[in-house]
Amino acid sequence: MKRWSIALVSAVAVVLGGPAAAATSPEEMLDDPKLEQRARELGKDLRCVVCQNQSIDDSNAPLAKDLRELVRERVAAGDSNEEVLSYVTARYGDFVLLEPPVRASTWLLWYGPAALLAVGGVGAAVWLRRQRREPRLVEPLSEEERADLDRLLKERS
Amino acid sequence: MRRLLFVLPALVVAVIGLGLGFGLTRDAGEIPSALIDKKLPKFDLAALDGVDQPGLANTDLGGEVALVNVFASWCAPCRVEHPVLTRLAEARGIPLYGINYKDAPADAVAWLAELGNPYRRIGVDPEGRTGIELGLTGVPETYVVDADGRIRYRHAGPLTPRDVDDTLLPLIEEIRG
Repeated sequence: MKRWSIALVSAVAVVLGGPAAAATSPEEMLDDPKLEQRARELGKDLRCVVCQNQSIDDSNAPLAKDLRELVRERVAAGDSNEEVLSYVTARYGDFVLLEPPVRASTWLLWYGPAALLAVGGVGAAVWLRRQRREPRLVEPLSEEERADLDRLLKERS
Repeated sequence: MRRLLFVLPALVVAVIGLGLGFGLTRDAGEIPSALIDKKLPKFDLAALDGVDQPGLANTDLGGEVALVNVFASWCAPCRVEHPVLTRLAEARGIPLYGINYKDAPADAVAWLAELGNPYRRIGVDPEGRTGIELGLTGVPETYVVDADGRIRYRHAGPLTPRDVDDTLLPLIEEIRG
């Protein structure tokens, strides 16, 4: 029992604790905690181009470190978040944004699933309604069929 | 109306299938360069200490189609593509410029002494800042720059003879017109 509770507590701790500290090392950090916080948030939105499924905030790749430093440099120089992101996308393209921007070429990505769901929902609604309005007619058995059925039932008993 | 009910799902499945087929057969890891058809970013890199060549600035390019290759002595694929680059520069006479990325100068000099130096000029990028300006995703990377100093093509990873024959040379021919 005791062992179980320890296991449970550690499991909860692991889940709630989230991933271990990000790759940003202390010497990279900005002195101003507010600016550092902004840089961290920006870093989480930027994809590392080496490991691709990690943000630069998470990645240990040297290029991710370079980009973290660059983000901090821009933030310290007084750039707004948008300016920092556009600085990076001017060089690396929209690809580095972990959340793709909403524009004509990404409409399918953003609205496609909802559109599919809507089309399916409308289809299902139409079908259900028709089912209800015109219940399928069950043809009654003919005399002949009834006689056959009676005979079969009698034979079995 | 009845028929539509049968055709529609088939159509939807076909569209999704085509989409997936397209999506799964292309290399999702290949990052399109944001700088295609844009001017080279500004850079002015110092010479590689120990090689008797001037450094490399963006203004050194232009006037003719040229290649800019980002390399480092610590990069194994660079060693693989080195003979391919040498052939391009020497046999084909295509101007080749090098950016020595985050390298120790002594290592780079030794590397070039061992394998040969196919570059017309080499600039050093010890901090990798010019790499970021170029949208570099790894080493090696090779850029085709046209006579106006515009980046026309970016090849990430080592150049193979097939890349050269199928992509690079036809493109260079096309740009030259």
